[in-house]
Amino acid sequence: MIQLDKLTKAFGHGADATVVLDRLDFSVDSGEIFAVVGPSGAGKSTLAQCVTLLERPTSGRVVVNGEDLTALGEKHLRTARRRIGTVFQSDGLYARRTAAENVALPLEFLGVTKAGIRTRVAELLDRVGLADKAGHYPHQLSGGQRQRVGIARALALRPSVLLSDEATSGLDPDSTASIVELLKELRDELGLSILFITHEMDTVVQIADAVARLDHGRIVESGRIVELLRDPDSLLGSQLRPVRERQDAAAGEVAVDVVYVGDVPGGWLARISRELGTDVNLLGASVETVGAAAVGTARIGVPVHALDRALPLLQAAGLHASVVTASVTPDPEDAAPEASERELEVVA
Amino acid sequence: MSLVRTSNVPLPEIPALVIPALGETLTMVGITMAIVVIVGVPLGAIVFNLAPGGLFPHRTAHVVLSWIISVGRSLPFLILMAAIIPFTRLLTGTNIGIPAAVVPMSIAGIAFFTRIVENSLRSVPTDRARVAIASGASPVQVIHRAQLAEAVPSIVGGLTINTIAMIEYSAIAGTIGAGGIGYVAVTYGYQRFDHAVMVTTIIILIATVALVQFIGDRLVRALTPAARTDLRRTDGRRSTRRAAVAA
Repeated sequence: MIQLDKLTKAFGHGADATVVLDRLDFSVDSGEIFAVVGPSGAGKSTLAQCVTLLERPTSGRVVVNGEDLTALGEKHLRTARRRIGTVFQSDGLYARRTAAENVALPLEFLGVTKAGIRTRVAELLDRVGLADKAGHYPHQLSGGQRQRVGIARALALRPSVLLSDEATSGLDPDSTASIVELLKELRDELGLSILFITHEMDTVVQIADAVARLDHGRIVESGRIVELLRDPDSLLGSQLRPVRERQDAAAGEVAVDVVYVGDVPGGWLARISRELGTDVNLLGASVETVGAAAVGTARIGVPVHALDRALPLLQAAGLHASVVTASVTPDPEDAAPEASERELEVVA
Repeated sequence: MSLVRTSNVPLPEIPALVIPALGETLTMVGITMAIVVIVGVPLGAIVFNLAPGGLFPHRTAHVVLSWIISVGRSLPFLILMAAIIPFTRLLTGTNIGIPAAVVPMSIAGIAFFTRIVENSLRSVPTDRARVAIASGASPVQVIHRAQLAEAVPSIVGGLTINTIAMIEYSAIAGTIGAGGIGYVAVTYGYQRFDHAVMVTTIIILIATVALVQFIGDRLVRALTPAARTDLRRTDGRRSTRRAAVAA
């Protein structure tokens, strides 16, 4: 497992110092995938570099399997770094080496025998599904394949922690999905602690068990994915929920956003309509599987006169409801700024 | 007029004059380039890594070293050669002949090549070094495998340029009695108006430079996987796309 203890990084000295990472605390257990998300400039890449001590933290500790890396000198650090495999954003493959030779790199640095390297590299390439591409050069591989080679290379020295620094950024959705799948499998097989740094919310929902949002060098919100999704007041939760097209409420209706996780029986919409004695309109909905739980989101149009009775009913059914617009007949000009605001949040 | 003509080298004797001279030029350039590579590659790597963002950044050391190299680069070769004659004599015990020419040529060549190596290393994406460090590489391993190995095609391209410059310098060095094709061109072709010798030396120089450039280009191609497989590229692309679809 890997643990960050008040990790702080400042550039510059004294009054001119810029704090890039401000007392970060979190830990990633074995077999857990922990995502760190945040906009560019939040300190994500500095975090990645501090975790492997490529950049020395100003204060605080990075503890891997009980050993404090920050206390080590350069020589011991070289050995200790081998316990953290890193997958880089730009795959970082050496252009003049074949896929197999790229995977062999950490083994060569360690001084493994040629025969030992050959066996291990074959094993690794086979594991990431590229056994037939061993002799290919990076320029002959697709983006997803290159990132698989990068993963194989990161695993060459059997690390217990895998650091993924924007590994899926810049990949197409299919490649991203297959890389996410591969990382989850590896986590299960090898009991890896995976620290997954990204700016893509979609990928976080697919891969992570827990997530922290980094902003201006601080963790502003964190928690288990399922709990965040369930929490209607969580900004992170709302960003994690899939964005779908929703219609506006018709005149005389109020739009209500509804979120539920797992245990709400289907048919809740019909049931509530029945209990209200009036029709509730479905304006948009989706159900996704996140981890093991089904997460449903919906926007419904509730007649104004029934709103006061509808909210307690929704609550009782186990649905988290929040009213989207207060005005009875939403004026498009009023609604527009709010919509764009929501979009901004999602983009950020 | 008849005087000038009698002093001309008879055509059948030109090869006997020019071929040993070519040998001297190649010896001079060969020895110089060997020294230039042996000193220039590590020196270039050191300068690169002393700079900000390098493996062991050190402002003062970088500025001093960089300044020394710039001095070596800024003097015209003829002046450099004359200026360091005491140093040359100290090193070789003579100030004429091939050994005496190799000293200033090496100094000018090293200064040139150090910059070429430094520039080639700059073109290697920095993530290569980061990958190596994160994989547990020592600084020497980072320089060797991540920086120099990845910059090889670019360094070889620079080596070609450098070698051709050294052929030119060898002609200037010829004037201090180092011999070589340049010396023949100057003494026979220029000073004695022997057009046949002049034309021969020009042809030989052009052919030598063209050959060096050709070999250099071929080497760069052979050392760059992306260029080497260019002809098969369409096939490679198609198969990777198919694989991506399958995945």
